[in-house]
Amino acid sequence: MRNRGLIWSGLALFLIFLTLPVWHNLSAGVTAKGPQPVLPKTEKQCVAPLDFMKTSHMTLLMNWRESVVREGGREYTSADGRHYTMDLTVTCLRECHTAKADFCDRCHNYAAVSLPCWDCHLDSKNVLGSKP
Amino acid sequence: MFLVQKALVGSRRYWLWILFLFAVIGAGVFCYLRQLDTGLGITGLSRDVTWGIYIAQFTFLVGVAASAVMVVLPYYLHDCKAFARITILGEFLAVAAVTMCMLFIFVDMGQPARVLNVMLYPTPHSIMFWDMISLGGYLVLNALIAWITLRAEREGVAAPRWIKPVIILSIPWAVSIHTVTAFLYSGLPGRPLWLSAILAPRFLASAFASGPALLILLCMLLGRITGVSFGREPIQKLAVIVTYAMVINVFFVLMEFFTAFYSHLPEHSEPFRYMFTGLDGHTRLAPWMWTSMVLAAVSLVLLLVPAFRHSEKVLAAACGCVFLSLWIDKGIGLIVAGFVPSPLGVVTEYAPSVPEALISLGVWSVGLLILTVLYKIIVSVREAEPDSPHVLSPG
Amino acid sequence: MKISRHSFLRISGITLAAGAARRLAAAIGGKKWAMAVDTAKCARQPNCTKCIDACHQVHNVPAMPDRRHEVRWIAKEPFDRAFREEEDQYSPLRALPAMVLCNHCDNPPCVRVCPTQATFKREDGIVAMDWHRCIGCRYCMAACPYGSRSFNWLDPRPYIHNPNPDFPTRTKGVVEKCTFCSERLGTGRPPACVEACPEKALVFGNLAEPDSPIRKLLASRTHIRRRPELGTGPEIYYVI
Repeated sequence: MRNRGLIWSGLALFLIFLTLPVWHNLSAGVTAKGPQPVLPKTEKQCVAPLDFMKTSHMTLLMNWRESVVREGGREYTSADGRHYTMDLTVTCLRECHTAKADFCDRCHNYAAVSLPCWDCHLDSKNVLGSKP
Repeated sequence: MFLVQKALVGSRRYWLWILFLFAVIGAGVFCYLRQLDTGLGITGLSRDVTWGIYIAQFTFLVGVAASAVMVVLPYYLHDCKAFARITILGEFLAVAAVTMCMLFIFVDMGQPARVLNVMLYPTPHSIMFWDMISLGGYLVLNALIAWITLRAEREGVAAPRWIKPVIILSIPWAVSIHTVTAFLYSGLPGRPLWLSAILAPRFLASAFASGPALLILLCMLLGRITGVSFGREPIQKLAVIVTYAMVINVFFVLMEFFTAFYSHLPEHSEPFRYMFTGLDGHTRLAPWMWTSMVLAAVSLVLLLVPAFRHSEKVLAAACGCVFLSLWIDKGIGLIVAGFVPSPLGVVTEYAPSVPEALISLGVWSVGLLILTVLYKIIVSVREAEPDSPHVLSPG
Repeated sequence: MKISRHSFLRISGITLAAGAARRLAAAIGGKKWAMAVDTAKCARQPNCTKCIDACHQVHNVPAMPDRRHEVRWIAKEPFDRAFREEEDQYSPLRALPAMVLCNHCDNPPCVRVCPTQATFKREDGIVAMDWHRCIGCRYCMAACPYGSRSFNWLDPRPYIHNPNPDFPTRTKGVVEKCTFCSERLGTGRPPACVEACPEKALVFGNLAEPDSPIRKLLASRTHIRRRPELGTGPEIYYVI
């Protein structure tokens, strides 16, 4: 075929470009290990069943938001009868999950999820945070 | 079949113009990205003057968009055959103008990513909700009408019958978009400059003067730089419309002056005093407003005297004066002065910052780009078949 | 989804029922929050800004250096600016200060114009802000006849010098204003400004309760409101 050199080198370049994420991760030492959030030391039972929280904690937080902001209700009763105040910083972080870098960010960074929540809501440590 | 292809073939001058527009758009985009990052604080806006040139340009351009009705109504409802070749120019101008309106609103938002909240949480008691519906609907209407009629003209056939009721619908809809925009302002109890029943009629009058004035200038421009000519009659008829609309508009403004100053109500006269003589030593707007008044007076003389109106060169100057005068009045004066003085009686002045001005120029360039592309298509269609029949018989 | 449908529905239901029950209770219990500002008491300490400092600290209100970008929930204004129509040059009231803040109107123009209901009127009378929904159009600021609202022209965080870790900040691009400390009312505490005033010049209470201190104060002392002719029904009363 004509322009053989050009075609083969072009194809090779394209393949390298296509597989760039693999090379990048290998060189950065990223492994197949999943995210490792630091689990709370004092509490063993979350505000809702673990499976539910894993899949739908965003829904729970949205419901809490609706309740607190639009309906004025701050009291939450979990399925096992415990009472919590619906507050991301004071309840979720300070009472159980220590700081967002230890817990929330672990999975969110792994899954490349960027949330606007922290534009306003405070972390429990490094209160005002630094801009990401 | 793809009419857009017609916009991809053009002269050197055409492409240089397109390139220039893209350059200005690029500068605007760059500044907008900075605004997204830093916040609206890079504009000249303040706690007291919360709306500036973005919203003022939106207000002015809604008027230009509505003015398409001034050619559509005479042609489709009153069989004014002179406007047969012009209606599509008005409709495409409306498309470009409404797009600019929506872009100006978008760049003014503090949280633009959330703009769909207006649709997700519909709020019928908010005029802004209705504004979004009416502008969106008007855009769709005009784009559809213009496309269908142009395609029919290109094919050399009459347009499909179903387009007629759509065209008729666009007539009251055009009036509604500017009425709704006026309602944004004229129902606010705390802003006495805007709290006037005559604001909506004033908006319509200035729209029907500035829009057709721009249309006249565009027709003259197309006549010069392309092989397409519209003849004398449509332009002269449009000139009469501009004349009447400008007279009515100036009359309405004088009515506002009377009520504000004869009543001696301080809150009514203060914004006007700020605009023309300054308030507490702040006079930034005064030179602009006086220029607008002088341009309006000059334009009235040039339009009302038949000898002047019949001369194309003088008419062009008159239309330029009308457009510029009303752009200052609505696009600079009215919105900013509504916030002066503040509810606590403080005068905070406003001037757009450089990024703000560049973003505005960028949005204008997007509109001009759309207008250029659409008009290029019309011109190419017309240059190819100069004697195609009228696309839709009125009545 | 691995969650059992039953659990999910039960959890959501409990949360929402709690909110609805609270609303019902407020409607039946009939709260109508209002505040009275005793201008004479306030005037006893001419350079005092304790209420402003308390409010702005508790709510992480930024201290913007550029006056154009000022964010303020409560401020002290001269009488003739807060009450512009009272032009009487002989009146002793002209020497008094007036604390201006959101009036939490009965008929708020800002709520009427908000295209997303990001600002809304609660059952207990508070005109609330939903900072998650606000699109930053500033229509409410144009509509407010009192100049009570502020916009975040920039990111406020660099300008918060003494942050309160228990309350969020806002972000750039949203409008904010006094919330009558709704987060404190829920736990039985009075608004921060009321608590901070050394002269007890700010009286906050429930107008629906005939024996409340604020009702007694309003019944016994002459008072005015800002621009009542606009029909907004402001709930900040200035005792003069």
